[in-house]
Amino acid sequence: MTAATTPLTRPGSPAPFDVARLRDDFPILARSVRGKPLVYLDNAATTQKPRAVIDALVHFYAEDNANIHRGVHYLSERATEAYEAVRERVARFIHAPSPRQIVFTRGTTESINLVAQSFGRSMLRPGDEILITGMEHHSNIVPWQLAAEATGAVVRAAPITDSGELDLDAFRRLLGDRTRLVALVHLSNALGTINPVRELVAMAHARGIPVLVDGAQSASHLEVDVQSLDCDFFACSGHKIYGPTGVGILYGRAELLERMPPWQGGGDMISSVTLERSTWAPVPAKFEAGTPMIAEVIGLGAALDYVESVGLPAIEAWEAELLAAATAAVGEVPGVRLVGTAPQKASVLSFVVDDVHPHDVGAVLDDEGVAVRAGHHCAQPVMQRLGVPATVRASFAFYNTLAEVQALVHGLQRVRAVFG
Amino acid sequence: MGSLNELYQNVILEHNRSPRNYRAMADADRKAQGNNPLCGDEVTVWLRLDGDVIKEATFQGSGCAISKASASLMTGAVIGKTRIEAEALFDRFQRLVTGRLEPAEAETLGKLAVFSGVSEFPIRVKCASLSWHAMKQALAGDPTDQPVISTE
Repeated sequence: MTAATTPLTRPGSPAPFDVARLRDDFPILARSVRGKPLVYLDNAATTQKPRAVIDALVHFYAEDNANIHRGVHYLSERATEAYEAVRERVARFIHAPSPRQIVFTRGTTESINLVAQSFGRSMLRPGDEILITGMEHHSNIVPWQLAAEATGAVVRAAPITDSGELDLDAFRRLLGDRTRLVALVHLSNALGTINPVRELVAMAHARGIPVLVDGAQSASHLEVDVQSLDCDFFACSGHKIYGPTGVGILYGRAELLERMPPWQGGGDMISSVTLERSTWAPVPAKFEAGTPMIAEVIGLGAALDYVESVGLPAIEAWEAELLAAATAAVGEVPGVRLVGTAPQKASVLSFVVDDVHPHDVGAVLDDEGVAVRAGHHCAQPVMQRLGVPATVRASFAFYNTLAEVQALVHGLQRVRAVFG
Repeated sequence: MGSLNELYQNVILEHNRSPRNYRAMADADRKAQGNNPLCGDEVTVWLRLDGDVIKEATFQGSGCAISKASASLMTGAVIGKTRIEAEALFDRFQRLVTGRLEPAEAETLGKLAVFSGVSEFPIRVKCASLSWHAMKQALAGDPTDQPVISTE
């Protein structure tokens, strides 16, 4: 066997990408809504869960439930081991040098808030700058505005082009002597644009500026290697990568995590406590106050195992085929205009229909069993920049099929029929 | 389960295509803005009163078919009404779109009854109500105020 693989072949396997078989792993995909088979195209909002993840949650509560890092009893030891094993699992998944650099959070939003509150508040001085981009999700804007408000720092944003790409020259120019941190999205949730993160990190590092990457969308669609990207922080969510809600990841460069103060106080994050003062546990425990989301972390471990068994290279290839087919077919529906046409894209197809509001498009599609998102996608600055109040967004996962792309197109034709 | 045809009745589609009273009003003495931060819909409602009676009502904004048609029909419905009558109509309309109106009462709503299908789509209640809230706010407000109301 040679090392070469065709795009639709899973590594180590000669079989083509077997979507029908993989769909069987997701119980919800068999259901119907409004009398039609569910066509789930809202994967950028949250992904569906494979049976392995659902079973892991049930198994934990039925067999292994106990608090972690506390009990001397058997179940507590088992739960602790399972929880910490996922930390190692996550480190391998994103190619982090050490599991000590993985902090469990509630989600991407909390991961970014942790950095904004801890790194931001302790490092920022009046007049310092945080550089973001014009295509950020609100969760990578508002935490920095809060940190800026508290410290007198300023949030600046690198603009995007009409096609939804980051303006690289403007980004470079905005990296200044006062820039203390860059925070940017890997894969835009509203447009599907993939940012050239490695290049952007190199530009920032050339000036000694650390970079946080919002990987909420990218982690399930692209193979992430935080060492190759060379980013200083990477944030992502379990529920967007086929895992449970309520669990997220923050990866951080070791020396930064060491230097950063805790952001929440409580049990599990201390070394010792007296009524006068406390000392902190080493990282990552320093950032995990209180009983964490133990079952969800264990469910996340099952999700990462599952994704790896499917294989991210195969996932990337199949999703690229889906997106290309959808881009071509949806783009041909009369009156449809695509929003976000960057050359490097994944998963997301955002569009508007002439004279029909995205909510109305979404309602007609819903009546066909097609689940999409309609709105500003928590990215109002993107909508303002591109001159649309909202868009319809279809976002694909590897379990979607070309027949589902056709269902979307059929639904859009019905939109024209209803609204004229 | 709500049907799409009940939601998008012909009257709604028609008012969405050609909204009535869709203009800013230069000599308005009441004005209020409504927005729905969840979806980004925005509407501005202008009123001109003669004593206690609404002589003219107009609107402008961006929103879905439900919100635009609702604003169009709302402006038509409140013209000629007193403040108390308009507020009573607001109350009945609210109960209509949330499915809490008796059928007999629905008959008194005239064309507005086309919004009865909205009650089957809870997420669209805010779309249908937005301009009504703005109208009520404009009626209640000081003429010099320009409050922004939100359906969130």
